[in-house]
Amino acid sequence: MHKIKDFAQGALVPVLVLILWEACSRAGLFSAVVMPAPSAVAAKWWAYLLPAQAQEAGQSWLAWAFSGELLHDAYSSLYRVIAGFLIGAGLALPLGLLMGANTRIYALFNPLMQILRPIPPIAYIPLAILWFGLGNPPSFFLIAIGAFFPVLMNTIAGVRQVDGIYLRAARNLGVGQWTMFTRVILPAATPYILAGVRIGIGTAFIVVIVSEMIAVNDGLGFRILEAREFMWSDKIIAGMITIGLLGLAIDTAVSRLNNHLLRWHRGLEH
Amino acid sequence: MSSPILIDNVQKVFKTPGGDVVALKDINLTIQPGEFVCLLGPSGCGKSTLLNAVAGFQPPSDGQIVIAQKTIRSPGPDRGMVFQEYALFPWMTVGQNIAFGLEVQKKEKAEIDLVVNQLLDLLHLKDFRDRFPKDLSGGMRQRVAIARVLALDSPIMLMDEPFGALDALTRRNLQDELLRIWEKLGKTILFVTHSIEESIYLADRIVVMTYRPGTVKRDQVVDMPRPRDPASPAFNDLKRELGRLVMEEQQRHADAEMKLAAVD
Repeated sequence: MHKIKDFAQGALVPVLVLILWEACSRAGLFSAVVMPAPSAVAAKWWAYLLPAQAQEAGQSWLAWAFSGELLHDAYSSLYRVIAGFLIGAGLALPLGLLMGANTRIYALFNPLMQILRPIPPIAYIPLAILWFGLGNPPSFFLIAIGAFFPVLMNTIAGVRQVDGIYLRAARNLGVGQWTMFTRVILPAATPYILAGVRIGIGTAFIVVIVSEMIAVNDGLGFRILEAREFMWSDKIIAGMITIGLLGLAIDTAVSRLNNHLLRWHRGLEH
Repeated sequence: MSSPILIDNVQKVFKTPGGDVVALKDINLTIQPGEFVCLLGPSGCGKSTLLNAVAGFQPPSDGQIVIAQKTIRSPGPDRGMVFQEYALFPWMTVGQNIAFGLEVQKKEKAEIDLVVNQLLDLLHLKDFRDRFPKDLSGGMRQRVAIARVLALDSPIMLMDEPFGALDALTRRNLQDELLRIWEKLGKTILFVTHSIEESIYLADRIVVMTYRPGTVKRDQVVDMPRPRDPASPAFNDLKRELGRLVMEEQQRHADAEMKLAAVD
């Protein structure tokens, strides 16, 4: 009962906005090319989702169901986000652990990181094309840069804030350096690292849309730019809504993962 | 196997921007195997500093601490420590916390399970094996911390105001548990507290320390059968006597703070 009430309350404002928007469109307040009605957007989204052709002979049902443009684009974007994120975070995590744990390594690398960090990933676009040409590689590169710094900075902070009492307790139990790192420092730093992962995934998702506007011919970012060339504003908005839904799905997944990995953490109740 | 703790002419000086602070001066103590010794004094008397020196976290500036013919320079599992803040690893369950010290020593899994089960029994933690520390009360956490140290099977247990953060009833309960375990397992216990009553309730011997520099003010044997009755005349006579000693040092502490405040 509570859930229904909460849902109704949450849906109230969006529904009102949609009704107002639909009413304005039907009254002819703005041109359909500039601002299509929500019903038109929904119809376009549905068409965009469904397979473009009839099922071919020999084609499996699943393959056919996923042959629609939207699902293909969403898959391409998601693939780029995950691959780019894994590259960026995979480099940031070990470097962050080392920089957090060792003041000499920190002193060596920190100046370079501080110079590179403020450069937005988008500023790397020209270099990315020059170095990697077209296709997926420049996207991976840009996304990796976007994910790298949030994970790096949070990992360093996470290692540095590890409470000295855990280190003392572990030393008292006879723990050596490697075990200290893997079984004490790393788990103690996970709340920070995972916060960095969440920010990093968010950045990766912003960057993937931008990167698809320059160098590839599929993905949600490409699709909305392509739609603009044909003045298909309904498709642009349908694509944007898909981007929003995919982002929400990614964030929900990461947040679930967080809750599982941090089930021991005091601040989290589930 | 068991060996006394020899504290031989130990000094500890901390270098601070405001000049050197002599935390410990001329400490000479011998703690016999199986003895339960309390270090008692107001804050700033160096009792925790002395415990940390025995634990090996902060070696003395001068003098030495010798156990089994070896000078203590670093922490080790032969001197298990129970901290006031529990210091349980929050990402490990109760069972994993207790097992951790044994895993570090690369013991067999079957042996670890056996020891962990015994300790869960001994400390009445059976139902909490798979819980995380955040789900436990302070008293329960301290039981786990004690079990974690007992798992090491070290002859010496160091305890730094372990019950300081607990309410009075839980505290008495854990004091009784500790005495039961000590009598059963015959550990040497060095126990830091600022509670006079706690020290008389627990210890064979109470070492009262002075405020800065920390020295031994009184080395008092407590010759009362256990369980001790905190309401008995003998208990209260000793409490009054030790209270007088501790308050003298507390007064010096307060005077020193007033002087510092006046300088500011």
